[in-house]
Amino acid sequence: MNLYEYNAYELSSMLKDKKISSRELTASVFDRIEEVEPKVGAYLYTNKEAALAKATEIDNAIANGEDLGRLAGIPIGIKDNISTKGIPTTCASKMLENYKPVFNATVIEKLEAEGVVMTGKLNMDEFAMGSSTENSYFKSTKNPFNTECVPGGSSGGSAAAVAAGEAIVALGSDTGGSIRQPASLCGVVGLKPTYGSVSRYGLVAFASSLDQIGPFGKSVKDVALLQDAICGYDKMDATSVNRSYSSLYDGLSENIAGLKIGIPKEYFGEGIRPEVKAAVMNSVKELEKKGAIVKEISLNSTDYALSAYYIIACAEASSNLARFDGVKYGYRAQNCDGLVDMYEKTRSEGFGREVKRRIMLGTFVLSSGYYDAYYKKAKLLQKRILSEFNEAFNDVDVIITPTSPFEAFKIGERSGDPLAMYASDICTVTINIAGLPAVSVPCGFSASGLPYGMQIIGKKFDEQTILNTAYAHENIFGAFKMPTL
Amino acid sequence: MMIKGYEVVVGLEVHAELNTKTKIYCNCKNSFGLEVNTQVCPICMGMPGTLPTLNEKVVEYAIKMGHALNCGINRICKQDRKNYYYPDLPKSYQISQADIPLCHDGYLDVIIGDDVKRIGIERIHIEEDAGKLLHSDKFDGSLVDFNRCGVPLIEIVSKPDLRGSDEAKAYLETIRSILRYIDISDCKMQEGSIRCDVNVSVHKPGEPFGTRCEMKNVNSFSAAVRGIDYEANRQIALIEAGGTVVQETRRWDDAKGESISMRSKEDAQDYRYFPEPDLLTIVVPEEKVQYLKDTLPELPNAKIMRYVNDYSISHYDAAMIVDVPEKSAFFDKCMNVGCKAPKLLANWVLGEISKFMNEGTAIEDTKLTPEKLVAIVNYINDGKISTAAGKTIFDVILTEDKDIDAIIEEKSLSQVSDASALEAIADEVLAANEKSVNDYLGGKTNALGYLVGQCMKASKGKANPGIMKDIILKKLTK
Repeated sequence: MNLYEYNAYELSSMLKDKKISSRELTASVFDRIEEVEPKVGAYLYTNKEAALAKATEIDNAIANGEDLGRLAGIPIGIKDNISTKGIPTTCASKMLENYKPVFNATVIEKLEAEGVVMTGKLNMDEFAMGSSTENSYFKSTKNPFNTECVPGGSSGGSAAAVAAGEAIVALGSDTGGSIRQPASLCGVVGLKPTYGSVSRYGLVAFASSLDQIGPFGKSVKDVALLQDAICGYDKMDATSVNRSYSSLYDGLSENIAGLKIGIPKEYFGEGIRPEVKAAVMNSVKELEKKGAIVKEISLNSTDYALSAYYIIACAEASSNLARFDGVKYGYRAQNCDGLVDMYEKTRSEGFGREVKRRIMLGTFVLSSGYYDAYYKKAKLLQKRILSEFNEAFNDVDVIITPTSPFEAFKIGERSGDPLAMYASDICTVTINIAGLPAVSVPCGFSASGLPYGMQIIGKKFDEQTILNTAYAHENIFGAFKMPTL
Repeated sequence: MMIKGYEVVVGLEVHAELNTKTKIYCNCKNSFGLEVNTQVCPICMGMPGTLPTLNEKVVEYAIKMGHALNCGINRICKQDRKNYYYPDLPKSYQISQADIPLCHDGYLDVIIGDDVKRIGIERIHIEEDAGKLLHSDKFDGSLVDFNRCGVPLIEIVSKPDLRGSDEAKAYLETIRSILRYIDISDCKMQEGSIRCDVNVSVHKPGEPFGTRCEMKNVNSFSAAVRGIDYEANRQIALIEAGGTVVQETRRWDDAKGESISMRSKEDAQDYRYFPEPDLLTIVVPEEKVQYLKDTLPELPNAKIMRYVNDYSISHYDAAMIVDVPEKSAFFDKCMNVGCKAPKLLANWVLGEISKFMNEGTAIEDTKLTPEKLVAIVNYINDGKISTAAGKTIFDVILTEDKDIDAIIEEKSLSQVSDASALEAIADEVLAANEKSVNDYLGGKTNALGYLVGQCMKASKGKANPGIMKDIILKKLTK
């Protein structure tokens, strides 16, 4: 078995016991990148020399008996909307093609302190807007299980890199499903943490009230390890929550006897492929056999969630992306006739179609005369959705749904039809609206060998229970098997 | 104030920069006049991924102003984004407050001539300042200085209760005085730390208010006066000529002395306000709101009235002292360390102390202490030293840390008020100046001055002139 195939938690012990070096491990991952990257295209930026130098540094530190984090020496890929000092952070946009931040995101500072080895920056849909990574200005990423298919999105590069062994673990961001949906399509584990548990400082904002950084891994244990490393209060982010965060990794338990699982009927209706429903329900049955209690529940407002999501997300995006105006950094159009012309040309040329569509939508719903009809109503709906979840969680411990209504689709299949693309997110957006934690775990394969994913949703800050459920599930269905590329 | 039979209605929006140590949403220093783009960080430059965190001092300062202007405090409120594009606004939105301001519905009593007029305050809210565009002959285009980005501001919005430019000026001066007294703003107009937008309309008394125009870019109080007068006259001329005033935003050009139309109501910008998702709801504890009220210093108008009522100082002098917080603070300290003659003290504060302060020397730059000035004033009041001797002593203690009594001793400055000693001098002088005595007795009353002068000379200037005069009069009329 190659080193890149192992889980982070396994590699962590091997490094600690000096059975392997971080340099060997990092070299193995870069060999894999060189081998499969032409087929997968997960990365926008890699720096092998810097990574190997860092790995050597960590090896020395381990040799000196220095106290490092559990992820010390582990190669990790970073989504390209997370700010890395001196390293391109493009958000997969022409607008930021040559932009290098002068500071690190808080999560990067935390990982640096942990001693991780950064492999590079991962592809995504432009400014995290999309569900297929086809909206990247630079390239499309391919699904490692079938390179004619999309890896999902927007964190498609992160999911594909982990599934293909091009990184041991990875960071993504999730505004409406951007971690969970690609995790589902690439057969890996992806966690969207509770809003406020991971600092957003340094994450280039798409929709501030919904965005959350989270981990990808091949196993639940890896996701727990990475989440432990990045969570915590940060005074630089006013929306981060000041509370104690106990180790999810240490708390993992596969004992789910008595766990109450809610199955919301609205998530198993029209629009969800029957095979996906069957796979999820099969998993639920297995969990029941381990002692879980399954209950059908109802979340009435689900039908309106997608509309509310697109109103809130686009409204915030229209304002968040207004700073890309050609004045200070990033792309500026040439041959402009005055300031307004410079603004118009810069933004017309610098942004892709989907980004412009959402900026226009957001600008419209905030306009005077329309604010009450759209934004205000969407915020009211958000309150109702949250109270429905709270009510549901009076009766159940976790809620299980499909992650994506369908498995990975062909590149180009949905890219011409925004609504068909938006349908990818019908099971995931509600969770961001409610600010809850949810993890996607693989739950079987389609006839053509494409992974299905199951979403486990928990109460606010109850990542432990959803990861325990995911861990029990993983122990029934077996470890991740890397696709042949 | 009426112009050609029209009443001029004015409402003011005053923007005051707060003098907090750091900016409103980051830790950059809040200071004026430093090298361009040095007081900046990724946050106030609006770099991608940065987030604001609220400087709580800004909320405190704004609540202080709210209390000073008798406002209600929305101790639970939010911040909103005001979206518009301009190169000096790095995020392309300004964090401000839209529908729920921190302070609301207050009033300010303004002294206008001999009257006191109550002016309604609609709201006070907090927001961040933008940067500045710079232009240079050496550069084709504009340059941006981001130092001012994120400097905290409060915007104080009055009701349209002011009539004409005189009242507007008195209102602005009172606002400035309060800002200084509660020490939340440096109030330096030349540094742009107070700016205002002026709303003007005209109407005939008894008729409804006219259509208003908003004037921006008013950067001094005198410009506000000129702008209001210009705008009122423009509107009146328009109406008199049969035209109608249209609601619009105009830009005041103080150099040319005229306002220019910027945009009409139809072209008004849509700022697409919405709640700032990067910041939490502001929640100020009830006790803190109360504490800020209880610890508010005495405000200028109350201080003027106290000086007039308790110390019998003229309204004019009281206002002069109160106008400069340092003078008034020194005056109060003097009263607290036992000054027995407030009117005399006022003369000293407005005389000798103002003299060096006007030359740019602060009180703390001298060796003067309240105790020493009070000693001088009380000695003069008691007749122990003359006013002239007081000034001699004052000049010494400005630069030297010396004991007053020691100076009096050293320079022999004490006055002789002892009657028997003065009578001896008087006898001598009267004996030696028989002609003048006869002149006085013959009706030439100005001979008295001469005789007193001779006594002063004989005493080498130490005789108390008042007592000396009384003694001579007594002797002459015997």
